Amino acid sequence: MKIHEYQAKGILAKFGVPVPRGEVVFKKDEARAVAQRLGTSVVVVKAQIHAGGRGKAGGVKLAKSADDAATLAGQILGMKLVTPQTGEEGRIVRRLLIEEGLDIKRELYLGILVDRALSAPIFMASAAGGMEIEEVAKDHPDAILREVIDPATGFQPYQARKLAFGLGLTPEQVGAAVPFFQALYRAFIETDASMIEINPCVVTGDGKLVALDAKVTFDDNALYRHPEFKDLRDLEEETPLEVEASKFKLNYIKLDGDIACMVNGAGLAMATMDIIKLSGGSPANFLDVGGGASEEQVKNAFRILLSDPNVRAVFVNIFGGILRCDVLASGVVGAAKELKFKVPVVVRMEGTNVQQGKEILRNSGFNFAVAEGMKDGAEKAVALAGGAR
Amino acid sequence: MSVLVDKETRLIVQGITGREGSFHAQQMLDYGTKVVAGVTPGKGGTEHLQVPVFNTVAEAVKATKANVSVIFVPPPFAADAILEAMDAGLPLVICITEGVPTLDMVRVAAALKHSRTRLIGPNCPGIISPGKCKIGIMPGSIHKQGQVGVVSRSGTLTYEAVDQLTHLGIGQSTCIGIGGDPIIGTSFLDAIKMFNEDVDTHAIVMIGEIGGNAEEVAAEYIKKHVRKPVVGFIAGQTAPPGRRMGHAGAIISGGQGTAAEKYKAMRAAGIRTVQSPAEIGHTIAAVLGKSKAKPAAKKRPAGKSKKHVTKKR
Repeated sequence: MKIHEYQAKGILAKFGVPVPRGEVVFKKDEARAVAQRLGTSVVVVKAQIHAGGRGKAGGVKLAKSADDAATLAGQILGMKLVTPQTGEEGRIVRRLLIEEGLDIKRELYLGILVDRALSAPIFMASAAGGMEIEEVAKDHPDAILREVIDPATGFQPYQARKLAFGLGLTPEQVGAAVPFFQALYRAFIETDASMIEINPCVVTGDGKLVALDAKVTFDDNALYRHPEFKDLRDLEEETPLEVEASKFKLNYIKLDGDIACMVNGAGLAMATMDIIKLSGGSPANFLDVGGGASEEQVKNAFRILLSDPNVRAVFVNIFGGILRCDVLASGVVGAAKELKFKVPVVVRMEGTNVQQGKEILRNSGFNFAVAEGMKDGAEKAVALAGGAR
Repeated sequence: MSVLVDKETRLIVQGITGREGSFHAQQMLDYGTKVVAGVTPGKGGTEHLQVPVFNTVAEAVKATKANVSVIFVPPPFAADAILEAMDAGLPLVICITEGVPTLDMVRVAAALKHSRTRLIGPNCPGIISPGKCKIGIMPGSIHKQGQVGVVSRSGTLTYEAVDQLTHLGIGQSTCIGIGGDPIIGTSFLDAIKMFNEDVDTHAIVMIGEIGGNAEEVAAEYIKKHVRKPVVGFIAGQTAPPGRRMGHAGAIISGGQGTAAEKYKAMRAAGIRTVQSPAEIGHTIAAVLGKSKAKPAAKKRPAGKSKKHVTKKR
């Protein structure tokens, strides 16, 4: 689960990570009030969206006065930010973080995540702060310092010192960095984060270390341990159809194409998207209905798939293991009756009770195209959607 | 022969009285798997599906000489269940549970390093040596005993590949679903090594997906050490970056873990890659036809695979 920068900073501050003073605002006039309260000569107006690259897109501005802050807030609120991470459609800015301006001497990068190959958390640090860490990793891999953390003993002070001295901090700054880094690790573990990134962490003119930006992502599988995070979810940052799908525990991701697919299992769902592409078409979505889907669930899935106006054909690809083909077929027929859709549907089924499933489709009175195998199904769906393009 | 599980496997089902555990324990019994014990804390001393139930894994092992455990408990209790099975000294533990928190698995992975237990999963369909032993949730009926080893991060996509093989008359030695999570007990590399050493595995199907670099690591090993034909497919060629495609581990992040990179590594290792998931079966048929049964020592009259290749269709 993604959260906003201001929310991330609020959480990190509770663990003792130094962050700039600031407040979130939703209206122009609130920005003026916050700027006055902060009382610094410069305040920063930062667009809050769930995507990076905000600065370059014009979503981060410096204000010299409270009026200036209000003016800038007025300009940025409601603006559509297009960054490499938002895609072409961009994101509308609805929230701003108004923060004190700092006297920045150095910009560092800090990050914690779980390394899949090592099966352990790693703490990364780099003197090249403010840049995309992926770029740094590609061009100057040696510029990234790494400490692997043993989950049993945790992140040790010597590891924090190694990183801090490696970044070229002065002994005095190292004294501040060690508790900073440790607080960051504590936050990572105690919130079940899947990633924490501080880019940049700045060294100020008076030698302090401050998390100028903060990105925290939580492990969805661990959210049950943190009911307090529920309120942090910003539904406006998510695609409406994906929000709707999540209510029914359907794993749906909207894509740009015109062939909707409904599949059981994530791997097969991805492979189905791939074979649609190979057949000359373009998938409209990823959808995993899960292993134990019911008729009702299949109907819900159809409703969501067909809410996408770009869809010109539906390809149902099910390998029945736990999910029986007869249950699936009844769900498809039920959806056709209830939703009265005109979009052509191709069904490919294999596995448990496949004959009964095919029988149900044949006797339904609807003109479903029944496919033999994935390839046949994908080709039929592409043809019915209007051919390859 | 087969890998990891066979007729000698004596299985414990952790969570046998739960809905999932109960359903699949019955399926496994029907397949002929020797399910010798169940474990549900508080229900020790009872029977479920005519299988004795114990309060702890240690008691179950002591009473039944079980050597493998399969876990069907809900996500909040899965890590604990794995550690309990490990503590009881079981050499093989299979965790089917989907949705285990990553940091729980970090702790489990650290503990496993100091034990003799091999974990498969979590978030996996399990393992099957067709005709001998089925552990997990895969439909037994689509499998056929034979000489192709299958290893995959996915469930239903594995069934798809197995079904293609079986329709072509090509059987499988063992099929291992290693799971779709970022942290898993058995990697592609581990599975490939076992298949490479198994005299009755003549060819290998490797089904990867986007995210991480486990496929690349395995490809590097295959390049150096594996002489058996390997056919590879990667799911997610059309997946957008930055999005988690159902499986927690299936995500392209920072330009890493793309299908293109994985295909490149596989091809460089001499793996026969297929772009279409519908081509897996035929490609295995083709490589088996050409590979003139290289494995030297065979205990049983093998070589059936060649005949079976062209039997149906």
